[in-house]
Amino acid sequence: MDLIRGPLLLAASLAALPALAQEKFIVVASTTSTEQSGLFGHILPVFQKKTGIQVRVVALGTGQALDLARRGDADVVFVHARSAEEKFLAEGQGVRRFDVMYNDFVLIGPRADPAKVSGGRDILDALKKIKAAGAPFVSRGDKSGTHLVELDLWEQAGIDIVTEKGPWYRDTGQGMGPALNTAAAMSAYILADRGTWISFKNRGELAITVEGDKRLFNQYGVMLVNPAKHPNVKKDLGQAFVDWVVSPGGQKTIAEYKIGGEQLFFPNAK
Amino acid sequence: MSEALTAAVEMLVRLDPKLVEIVLLSLRVSLSAVAISALLGLPVGAAIAVGRFPGRQTVIVLLNALMGLPPVVVGLLVYLLLSRAGPLGALGILFTPLAMVVAQSILILPIIAALSRQAIDDAWREYEEQLRSLGARRMNAALTLLWDTRFSLLTTILAGFGRAAAEVGAVMIVGGNIDGVTRVMTTAIALETSKGDLPLALGLGMILIAIVIAVNAAAYLTKELAQRRYG
Repeated sequence: MDLIRGPLLLAASLAALPALAQEKFIVVASTTSTEQSGLFGHILPVFQKKTGIQVRVVALGTGQALDLARRGDADVVFVHARSAEEKFLAEGQGVRRFDVMYNDFVLIGPRADPAKVSGGRDILDALKKIKAAGAPFVSRGDKSGTHLVELDLWEQAGIDIVTEKGPWYRDTGQGMGPALNTAAAMSAYILADRGTWISFKNRGELAITVEGDKRLFNQYGVMLVNPAKHPNVKKDLGQAFVDWVVSPGGQKTIAEYKIGGEQLFFPNAK
Repeated sequence: MSEALTAAVEMLVRLDPKLVEIVLLSLRVSLSAVAISALLGLPVGAAIAVGRFPGRQTVIVLLNALMGLPPVVVGLLVYLLLSRAGPLGALGILFTPLAMVVAQSILILPIIAALSRQAIDDAWREYEEQLRSLGARRMNAALTLLWDTRFSLLTTILAGFGRAAAEVGAVMIVGGNIDGVTRVMTTAIALETSKGDLPLALGLGMILIAIVIAVNAAAYLTKELAQRRYG
């Protein structure tokens, strides 16, 4: 019977685990770009030190993050897709939305540049050229904020991507990092947020090809999930986090996050 | 590859506190799931092996098929159960290690039940007459056979542990891969792969494999010692 006694003790100790864990915590549903760029690793310890509140981040695409909150499984959402956020608010799922920070999207592509778009500043022109050249393009295809922006840009370029896509258009259904890994492996073009790109290590032959178009602006927003709709939402703790993120202290902490001297996110709370 | 090896060795030499935390959580979650599944799965396996009831063959086929449960599906089901909007939402255990134990237990219960059923079934065929002539009832026979096949059952349990320690789909969904709370070896590897830090991801993978080998070696040694002592 010794064979099971050990594991039994372990199971018992595990059952006691939630009691040992931090009492004051909130769950924030956020995007892979904020988590994988290391921003949360930088700002959350500062917040926890100040307030004693532990922030547990579940990183998903924006669409999934909002869906998670719709089921009442998060206290706060911190995402980047304006239209999806407005819809979330209109459904009464969120309390109030605050602008937090921005960065921008960049068009990443292989150095060989088969579509001849490198150095351009017009993203729509670049997309048209990629399609015309039939150059490989990797799409997130996961309802994330970045994916929604990409779809919107195709539309603005006058291309109905659903009907006009060919084998050159690879719908991967993956997070930003895995999609970049895929693009690196097949020397494809891909739309990425600058934060993830800067912190991404497996670049291979990829480089920034188009940047600086104001259509590539990427705004992040934060909202408390509506406690009136989801009674289990930790209203006070969640609001404390929202308040801090848009406060001068929180904004300064965001601005201080750099990789190799390069600032990743630019605070712009009003 | 050599970069990955360097990364792995470096983390081990430094005994990186973050790594230690992740390793301990992985072991705690997977061993707990194995314990629960063994407690439930072994009796179930034994009962099906010695029992004779209508639909027994169907049960055996289903049990064998469930060994191939996709972890993502189990994760999704457990998530929908534990979600605030789900039937067990009031428990508030989504995104905790406990939720991960629940998911892994469901995942490996069929493995332990199906494999132990087979081992005990074989033994039952061999000793049925003997046990019956001693006047043993099915219940007693099942207990005797559980004890007699204990060394094969150990391998069964190790198969369950291997599955639990290696899966990423279920714990990712129900745990959320939260830093310092529900991040385990496999979800950490997935995260580093996402970040494009392939050497670090592979380094973590090597450490995971080493841990699984260590657990198996410990089980093997225990078995050898026990076999020598009790015959």
